[in-house]
Amino acid sequence: MAHLLLRHRDLPDIGMMDVYIKNGGFSAFKKAVTKMKPLEVTEEVKASGLRGRGGAGFPTGVKWGFIPNDIWPHYVVANADESEPGTFKDREIMESNPFQFLEGVAIAAYATGANAAYIYLRGEFWPVAASLDDKIADMEKAGFLGDTLFDTDFSLRIFTHLGAGAYICGEETALLESIEGKRGQPRIRPPFPAVYGLYGKPTVVNNVETLTNLPLIVENGADWYKSLGTPDSAGVKIFSLSGHVNQPGNYELPFGSTYRQLIYKFGGGVTDGRPVKAIMSAGASSAMIVADDKALDTPMDYASVRTLGADLGSASVIVINDSVNLEWVINKTIHFFKHESCGKCTPCREGCYWMMHLIERIERGEDAQSSTELLLSVARQMQNKCLCPLGEFSTMAVTTAIERFPADFKPSRAGGKHG
Amino acid sequence: MLSEKYPEEVKKIFAKYPPEQKRSAVMPLLYLAQRDEGFVTKAALADIAQMLDITSTDVAGIVGFYTLYHDEKAGKYRMQVCTDLPCALRGADQFLEQLCGNLGIKVGGTTPDGMVTVEAVMCLAGCDKAPMFQVQGPDGIAYHENMTVDKTMELIAALGKSGKPKEVK
Repeated sequence: MAHLLLRHRDLPDIGMMDVYIKNGGFSAFKKAVTKMKPLEVTEEVKASGLRGRGGAGFPTGVKWGFIPNDIWPHYVVANADESEPGTFKDREIMESNPFQFLEGVAIAAYATGANAAYIYLRGEFWPVAASLDDKIADMEKAGFLGDTLFDTDFSLRIFTHLGAGAYICGEETALLESIEGKRGQPRIRPPFPAVYGLYGKPTVVNNVETLTNLPLIVENGADWYKSLGTPDSAGVKIFSLSGHVNQPGNYELPFGSTYRQLIYKFGGGVTDGRPVKAIMSAGASSAMIVADDKALDTPMDYASVRTLGADLGSASVIVINDSVNLEWVINKTIHFFKHESCGKCTPCREGCYWMMHLIERIERGEDAQSSTELLLSVARQMQNKCLCPLGEFSTMAVTTAIERFPADFKPSRAGGKHG
Repeated sequence: MLSEKYPEEVKKIFAKYPPEQKRSAVMPLLYLAQRDEGFVTKAALADIAQMLDITSTDVAGIVGFYTLYHDEKAGKYRMQVCTDLPCALRGADQFLEQLCGNLGIKVGGTTPDGMVTVEAVMCLAGCDKAPMFQVQGPDGIAYHENMTVDKTMELIAALGKSGKPKEVK
């Protein structure tokens, strides 16, 4: 099947405006603005079953439906903070198929009545932002952005905003704080951004990949979109495959493909031909999946991955072969979260600090057994107590690695380092 | 003064945000402020604070929170190697160790000519092309992916000679 999101894989010059237009570009945006009411666009997206691709999987049309019509102005914010270890899909979309993403931003803005949209990119995506600025200028010149678009009274402007290196800004309220020129620390919710978002106004925050789906849905309809994927998870998904595989990269597949297909058919198998030991299904935020036959044959959709005691999340699949001790793996993830914890809430700030000290003690072989028990206890005490998902995520790999791979934490374990 | 030094850029930055929300300009202004020196000076903190009607402490709080702003001088270019889990599974730790060994510096250290500081950083969204790093310098940020120590040494030599990052494919 031809790619629907990574269209540059089939049409390498799709990043040029004339090529994009020649291949149907902006016809969905035009159709929405000239032939559909904003509410009809929202209803179509609701009916399509599209769920947020940033990790939470919340139904996109439902999210838009929370925007009140008695508080103005409204904003659309594209979340291009892509910082989850193992995730690199949004970058490829923005670099190589930028207009489909920007058209998606425009459709979301029309549906929610926003006349301004911001794209929040992680600061490291400096060249990507510069390239998007050029594409936005192209769209302004061609009459796809600006005032009285398609001779209606709808007007829209899109702006890029660069972050500066903070994983937490992928959390939507921290992201909004960051655009407002503050430290990226999550807000207490409610109120949710749909009511009190950017500058205190109703705001929709959607992930880049989510937005890139919108032109397809408006153009081809909800029924067509639902015919792809599984009943619970409609459409296609980009799986970012990394770690111990021969061909890491992004793979656009219908929901319901299995881990075995992703790793062996598309990823070219495991490094050094070794068996897979563990799979992290959602980047560093993931629970550790024991890679037995049942797991490998599990369809990758929201409901099925949950049966493995894990989440699909942003579908960043990190493959770990049997040369690795999982104590080393969680040492890495704990240091990541310790570095990225924003410090606002105590369970996360203190919990990550103590998890780091305990895993370092285990690494040095100091009281390995009691330190492991204490580490597990600290992680469990953090769960359901953090202000935002970052703190919760920091514990996922820790508890599941210790529970599901106890041999890796025995004092007698071989090595303990990455082999 | 940023507004005197870069009047066009400052104007463009403010045009992105509603006039009553000028605090939003703090992040792009900080990038502008550290363009020349590679870090944000005390004078720049005060300058930006005044432009936005906030305090120097507010601006310093932003510098301290985000990792791409710096309050101390380092090499002209910061070479930031990702050693997070997915990259480490593809040998990023060994890459960084060998690179620093070749350069005779420790992680966080700067080459004797003052051109390059080598740092270890968290995920850069280049997991499938590890070992990889970014170079942060006066011209912004550039990614270098699927790197070897040899290719990186060439890049560092080129940075030292030309003062400009050279594209290494």
